[in-house]
Amino acid sequence: MNSELTFKAGVKDVVPTLFGYIGVGIAFGIIGHTSHLSILMIAFMSFWVYAGSAQFIIANMILVHDPISAIAISTFLVNSRMILMATTLAQYFRKDSILNNIGIGILTTDETFALAMNKLNRTKQHLTARWQHAANLLAYLIWILATIVGAWIGSLISSPEKFGLDFALVAMFIGLVYLQLITDKTKGFRTQLLVMLFVVICLYFSMAVMSANIAVLFSTILGCAFGMVIDK
Amino acid sequence: MNLYIFLTIVVCGIVTILSRVVPFLLVKRFELPALVIKFLSFMPITIMTALMFENLLVAKTGHLPLFDWQNVLATIPAVIAAIISKSLLIVVVVGIIAMAVIRYFNFG
Repeated sequence: MNSELTFKAGVKDVVPTLFGYIGVGIAFGIIGHTSHLSILMIAFMSFWVYAGSAQFIIANMILVHDPISAIAISTFLVNSRMILMATTLAQYFRKDSILNNIGIGILTTDETFALAMNKLNRTKQHLTARWQHAANLLAYLIWILATIVGAWIGSLISSPEKFGLDFALVAMFIGLVYLQLITDKTKGFRTQLLVMLFVVICLYFSMAVMSANIAVLFSTILGCAFGMVIDK
Repeated sequence: MNLYIFLTIVVCGIVTILSRVVPFLLVKRFELPALVIKFLSFMPITIMTALMFENLLVAKTGHLPLFDWQNVLATIPAVIAAIISKSLLIVVVVGIIAMAVIRYFNFG
């Protein structure tokens, strides 16, 4: 990753994260298949909802025939961290047109958000719409394709996890966290480590009393507040 | 049944789109207070840490989570790869290979 902010650079920068989309996308396709969703519905969900963890939950809730209102509320809760990410990311596109903002917002994911935050450290805190569009669009396309392939694989093999692909997502976050830690010069290394430690402890204990997704949101918010307090 | 699935997806898609787009429209229109910007500046490291660590845990309702030892084990070579290479691609590839090896030999 360098300081270039062209469309081409966006395509290049997003490539490593695509493994995460492929791994999770295939996993979702398989789960969707075992939840009795047709390939068409799986593809439609990836196209229209485009949210990894929410899609797993939606597929599961459809399987047990939960009411649409309950599924919608769960989706909102699982995706509520997107509000935080979108608010953070949007600051860098204020000068771009409304249409560009909508286009970037609509395709923001955990991964492309994290990628953009990493990129900022190499571009003097600056992003361009075309760089972000390139990263977003490629990720989106790969996600849809991966879920379709997953649905197809799901009808062929029984235990795809033995290939280790599902770990791609975790590995990607490990890489992104580490790069964030060593390249974000706006905050001290020690401050960031302390914040990380705080988030880890907070998440561990909060997961005992709330669902994992809400615990992530809760720890993130507390972690930001903690960071503000110690970073005087 | 099919209409139910279709409608569920349509509604959930709208909910997701709103969560993503409304903040962009608001931030474009209004200046965020300095305190909020300071708060949000910790978002990248906190959310990435939370998402990463969540993947190393297995939730157990009403109890402290357990560790997913396979994921914890595979994390070690991935972190080493990160420190040595500083390349996202290498971290991901090393992680996948490590996990495949762990599963093959049934570690964890």
